[in-house]
Amino acid sequence: MTISRRGFIKGAAVGTLVASTAKAGAVKHFAGHPDRMGLLHDTTLCVGCRSCEFACNQANGLPPPEVPVDDKKIFEKKRRNDDTLYTVVNRYEGGVYRKHQCMHCNEPCCASVCFVKAFEKTPEGPVLYDPDVCVGCRYCVFACPYNALAYEYDDPLEPRVVRCTMCYPRIKEGKNPACADACPTGAIRYGRREDLIEVARERMRKNPGRYIQHIFGEHEYGGTSWLTIAGVEFSKLGLPEGLSREPLPNLTTSFLSLAPLAAAIFPALLGGFYAFTKRREERAEEEKRAILESTRAEAKREMEEKVALLKAAAKKEQEHAVEQAVKDALREAAKPKPPEPPKKDEKGGAA
Amino acid sequence: MNGTMEKPRLITPFNVIAGMILLFGGVIVVLRYAYGLAYATNLSNDTAWGLWTGFKLVFVALAASGYALTTAVYIFGMKEYHVLVRPAVLAGFLGYTLFILILLFDLGRGWRIYYPFLIQAGPTSALFEIALCVALYYTTQFLELTPVGFEWLGWKRWRRVLVSVVVGLTVFGLFLSMLHQSSLGALFLTVPGKLHPLWYSKYIPLHFFMSSCFGGISMVILIGLLCKRVWSHKMEISREKLDQLTIGLGKGAAIAMAAYFAVKVMDVALNDTWHYIFTPLGLWYLVEMLGFVLLPLFLYAFGYRERRPGLIRFSAVLAVLGVIIHRLNVAVIAFNWQMPLEQRYFPHWMEYVTVVFLITLGLAVFKFVSNHFAIVHDHPDYHAGH
Repeated sequence: MTISRRGFIKGAAVGTLVASTAKAGAVKHFAGHPDRMGLLHDTTLCVGCRSCEFACNQANGLPPPEVPVDDKKIFEKKRRNDDTLYTVVNRYEGGVYRKHQCMHCNEPCCASVCFVKAFEKTPEGPVLYDPDVCVGCRYCVFACPYNALAYEYDDPLEPRVVRCTMCYPRIKEGKNPACADACPTGAIRYGRREDLIEVARERMRKNPGRYIQHIFGEHEYGGTSWLTIAGVEFSKLGLPEGLSREPLPNLTTSFLSLAPLAAAIFPALLGGFYAFTKRREERAEEEKRAILESTRAEAKREMEEKVALLKAAAKKEQEHAVEQAVKDALREAAKPKPPEPPKKDEKGGAA
Repeated sequence: MNGTMEKPRLITPFNVIAGMILLFGGVIVVLRYAYGLAYATNLSNDTAWGLWTGFKLVFVALAASGYALTTAVYIFGMKEYHVLVRPAVLAGFLGYTLFILILLFDLGRGWRIYYPFLIQAGPTSALFEIALCVALYYTTQFLELTPVGFEWLGWKRWRRVLVSVVVGLTVFGLFLSMLHQSSLGALFLTVPGKLHPLWYSKYIPLHFFMSSCFGGISMVILIGLLCKRVWSHKMEISREKLDQLTIGLGKGAAIAMAAYFAVKVMDVALNDTWHYIFTPLGLWYLVEMLGFVLLPLFLYAFGYRERRPGLIRFSAVLAVLGVIIHRLNVAVIAFNWQMPLEQRYFPHWMEYVTVVFLITLGLAVFKFVSNHFAIVHDHPDYHAGH
């Protein structure tokens, strides 16, 4: 299998954990598996018989819808698909009927938001769901732009996400999806998605004025397997108008790709802040110490000076005292002498 | 000073009321598991996430008290706030505990919560990043709190080991918080068609992270007040000192809120959603932005300038309410805004009860732990910093 866009997104996101798995350089546009199948719903042919609903329930092992086919009262209220009904037909303004179910997106949002990867887009077209890994966070139900997923809120033990499977088991056997087979007017047609787009364009060309020039699902959020054409604007048929061509998963991918960057930058950034703070503290400490030391040195020097002065003073005093003593002695000597001691000779002799 | 010296009384008004709420809430939780989500909630196929998801966002946003204060103290060296670190980290840890509990109520099969890690990973999902970050951050916060347990046990060596890695834990914690706080906003990136344009933005991850910053700081202010009120005799900080810290925190919150407000105004300009402002939901948006962001921002700044701790505490209440309102707006009120009213989601009374149950549980555990462990005071054997 070639590298798909989803595969690339996946790889990029896994890169947040294991950098080596990111297939860098694989920024290619992936147009989808060329032979994938799709269904075309032509609302101008739909008569609201709800045969598709009955066939769908039968094919999926659900009890048949409670309201019989010929009871048109059911259209007074808008219904949506739920855990007892994977597809619903609603009547809109001007008596236009539209069938709603999972659109089987080319780049399914449900698959990209699932944190256990319970959804898978098959090469054949259907998006499949694996209840065995589902944790029941319902992010898929929440995120689906077409409100096409349902949940078994009643089940306390094994609740599942439930929705149209595009009759994956049947198409694997080479059969058509049940709704396409059951449709008596040909409003539902099954085939290669690319061919169906051609069919839709052909019908628009051949019946000027019958259709608005827009195939819903050709480009919406990257395109869907179910295609719808109509004679009135899709906003009048309960579909969101003006959707971007950009697949929804891309909105999250660009954000998630920041995570590895953050992981790389953060230790350095915060470590830097920490080091900065630490350094400032140390500097403050050092300065304090330096001031303390210089003060101490100054004090010491002052002390030494004082000591020196004192010493000098003491010395002077001492010298003075000695001088005085010598003077005194000389004065004493100059005085008339008492009888001469014999020692003087000795002293003189010694000198 | 020793917390174990005095015996807290068991029969107090708080304990009795909390006990009754916990008992009643516990019954509701059992019923939810026995009869399924449809029994206890008004969740539907159109609105798969409701009040519980709203409060998941609230709990995590307000649990930012932990990372906000540890970053200030250990990374930016604002040591005078150290006295509030343990209460703030404990509150953060309990916030995440409540998040995990409400997540378990909300998950269809909560017992498979480890699946994304051990069975099959879905790394393209913002939820996967949140799961991973929350698991790691919960562990980090637990480690940040283990010294409290080691002090209680008297394991000095283990305590020393954990205390020595506190800077590393703080860096790791801030990194994880920044990632998953913003990823919680990123959950809503995939619903441009369902979330009201005034709240939807491709910068919504940034909005979530920035509001968690001032939400966390505001929580620290309120936690400080609570601790001083309840454990005034134990807390080794004078009222004047706490007031000083409160004023400092108010300044930080004002700066964070100013940045947030600017980003939000720019967002309206960038998306050119001015024309939505004078619609009913737009007026509600104005209430959120003016009454619960701009007003507390102004009061914070004024309270800081005038040195009025009382005013700062009042703005903390407003700011926390602002975060709660923002998260509930994104998750519940402004979601599916185009749907006709009868199709829209209004929470079941049991959903409210479980939220009250969890908040009560958080408060009760905070009280219990603070009564019996060295949270609001230093352990007598280990003075001079944790």
